Amino acid sequence: MKRKLLSFTLASLMTVTVVPVFAGASDNSLTVAFARELESLDAYMNTDRDGITLARHIWDGLVYRDQKTGEYVGNLATGWSWIDNTTLEFKLRKGVVFHNGEAFNADDVVATMNFVAKPENGVKTQRNVAWIAGAEKVDDFTVRVLLKEPFPAALEYLAGPVVIYPDEYFAKAGTKGMGITPVGTGPYKVTGHEPGKRIDLVRYEGYHADSPKGRPSIEKITWRIIPEANTQFAELVSGGVEWIWQVPADQAERFSSLGNFTVTNESTMRIGYLGFDASDRYGETPLDDVRVRRAIAHAIDRQGMVKSLLKGASIVVNSACFPSQFGCELDVPTYEFDPGKARALLAEAGYPDGFEIPFYAYRDRSYAEAMMANLSGVGITPSLTYLKYAALRDKVQNGEVPFLFMTWGSYSINDVSAITSAFFRGGKDDYAHDPEVIEWLTEADSITDPAKRKELYSKALKKIADQVYWLPLFSYNTNYIYNADLDFTPTPDEIPRFFSASWK
Amino acid sequence: MLRFFLKRLGLAALVAFTVSLISFSLLFLAGDPAIALAGEGATDADIEAVRIQYGFDRPVLEQYGGWLGNALTGDFGDSYYFKTPVIHLVAEKIPITMTLGLCAISFAILLSIPLGVLAAVKPNSLIDRFALFLSVIGQAMPSFWFGLILIVIFAVNLGWVPVSGSDSWRHFILPTVVLGYYATPAIMRLTRAGMLEVLRADYIRTARAKGIRPGKVLFKHALRNAVIPVVGLTAVQLGFMLGGSVIIESIFALNGAGFLAFESISRNDFPTVQALILIFSLIYVLLTLLADLLNAWLDPRIREA
Repeated sequence: MKRKLLSFTLASLMTVTVVPVFAGASDNSLTVAFARELESLDAYMNTDRDGITLARHIWDGLVYRDQKTGEYVGNLATGWSWIDNTTLEFKLRKGVVFHNGEAFNADDVVATMNFVAKPENGVKTQRNVAWIAGAEKVDDFTVRVLLKEPFPAALEYLAGPVVIYPDEYFAKAGTKGMGITPVGTGPYKVTGHEPGKRIDLVRYEGYHADSPKGRPSIEKITWRIIPEANTQFAELVSGGVEWIWQVPADQAERFSSLGNFTVTNESTMRIGYLGFDASDRYGETPLDDVRVRRAIAHAIDRQGMVKSLLKGASIVVNSACFPSQFGCELDVPTYEFDPGKARALLAEAGYPDGFEIPFYAYRDRSYAEAMMANLSGVGITPSLTYLKYAALRDKVQNGEVPFLFMTWGSYSINDVSAITSAFFRGGKDDYAHDPEVIEWLTEADSITDPAKRKELYSKALKKIADQVYWLPLFSYNTNYIYNADLDFTPTPDEIPRFFSASWK
Repeated sequence: MLRFFLKRLGLAALVAFTVSLISFSLLFLAGDPAIALAGEGATDADIEAVRIQYGFDRPVLEQYGGWLGNALTGDFGDSYYFKTPVIHLVAEKIPITMTLGLCAISFAILLSIPLGVLAAVKPNSLIDRFALFLSVIGQAMPSFWFGLILIVIFAVNLGWVPVSGSDSWRHFILPTVVLGYYATPAIMRLTRAGMLEVLRADYIRTARAKGIRPGKVLFKHALRNAVIPVVGLTAVQLGFMLGGSVIIESIFALNGAGFLAFESISRNDFPTVQALILIFSLIYVLLTLLADLLNAWLDPRIREA
């Protein structure tokens, strides 16, 4: 609260005498601010969203997902085909050269795949690579990626987090060297790195011309680490940085009135949800009764929260996935805000006077409190325990949490297997343990026929919504603020692409 | 003097050891380190692998013993987060925190001792009121607020100094003022109180009666006695500044050891947190020890005690 008050004062102070300095436009450089120091610049050795963003600039994947059409197009590969359910053959692009002059060929792909596939090599986000068995060279520009088992979302991962390393450099430098001086084929190369302070990126003049990422326009990017949001605002206003993101809605509104800055808002793939213990993992609670869960669904004013708390591009979500994800069935039972109906359902279930229930959350306390107010409106009294993410996840996986508010970002993977299957296939996060849902999801995750997959996911998502195993709440959004002379387009996968940005 | 010194040194070492033991056990109450390390959305297998890899499956005391043995040889292990030796990280960040702390304490001394003396020489005068005003403000204002206000005025609006970063000496001006100002009220008030008391003492009247120059009476005869408690306080304040510059380091994006400690706690990066706690408590203990010795030098009576 204190900080909010402060920010308000700051923003109003700053508006008094602002003379923006447009330093970047004149020498075609761009200074951007990020809040966190990366543990490593090696794309496989950090889990941070900022790291995912950086990796897109330094490296390329075999394929790329076109942001406009949603289609996969070749990047380091020019074509691909499924040989069978677990073998994917790629024809590689010729004439691609790494930042250090090493020529790109099948050996690089094979070395990278075989390295990341081994768990003992310690890739941080195992989910990104756990499906890979390895790779085989067919000839210099043909390679086969081998899967452990049928995994239809393979291309999505190859278009995203699975980037290709230069085999000779990597053999010498290893993970440590890659983390300090990364070398890739991507649109930008790293020329300087002061841990915790800055990363200097320079446009790679030898970037392959046919890349679907396009040739970058901005010559120099200075990536600064500024942990404090208010300092980022001050730097932005004084021209010290030209681009910031993840700005809270109220701040963004003030900046949009300044005029010298462009404020854009884009949805992210992160959604919030209420989770219920529907299978007695925690023990007997009123939440075992589907009527009680439906009552809660009717009691929460999700539209109101989106309007007054989340704002921007956020939308109410009804299905247990993000709408753009492959297989996300949107035609599911929905529950409109209706406290009267909620009370009636509670009475029918035998709780006319409501009940008390432990309630857990780890972020966005104000959202949790808004929902608690809604619930107390129909007689339910949640008692909130607010924990750090790691502590809450621990409790959840141990079956100690009957009722929770959490969020999931799917790692920007545009396939429901990254969300619905992660929570409802019978794993430690599954509090529904519905045998039918588990069966449908397991099958859908292991076949490659898109139509059949869609049908199975649809069945699962409809049942999840009908039984209210989850109450999906809303999607999150991010505010980007940048110099009005900068041409920049945010994308819903929450990965800023500076290689597509330019000065007007 | 030697006995005094050894006694103090022994006590200091004991304090540092106790601090590290307590903090080591406390860290384990903060949640399962393996889950935090594995990251959001890790599978159970990931978490189990991390647990075994880092040895969290061993008893806490066994882990502490192993850590202490290595620490004594200067090996603090690798940071869980950065995967680099903790000692490198610390060596990288401590200079920033040290520079800031020393600049700030110098600023605080240069501002508060003269003001304190002046306020004592002319009690209840305008200058005394001004000094009181300064110290009340300094005591009451949260440092992040003060820091941001200075940024808005001097960096954003006037453009005299950079907003944030640590590339040049100009980057240290605002943080020095903010952090130093924080220590000013206590030093100033203590100087004033000490001087007031000393100036009333008989030997000062005698000195004046002997016709010694007022300046010499003030600074040689009075201040030397009045400043004894201030020395101790200044050492404590410097200790606070080194460990407590987290907010200042964060606001000005200085990225020193204070901020590293803060971030490492939320990352459950035990080796880094442990090393920093040990180093900070050692510095703190060392400063207190130095203050004791300095006081013993200033005042022979203390040595006897």
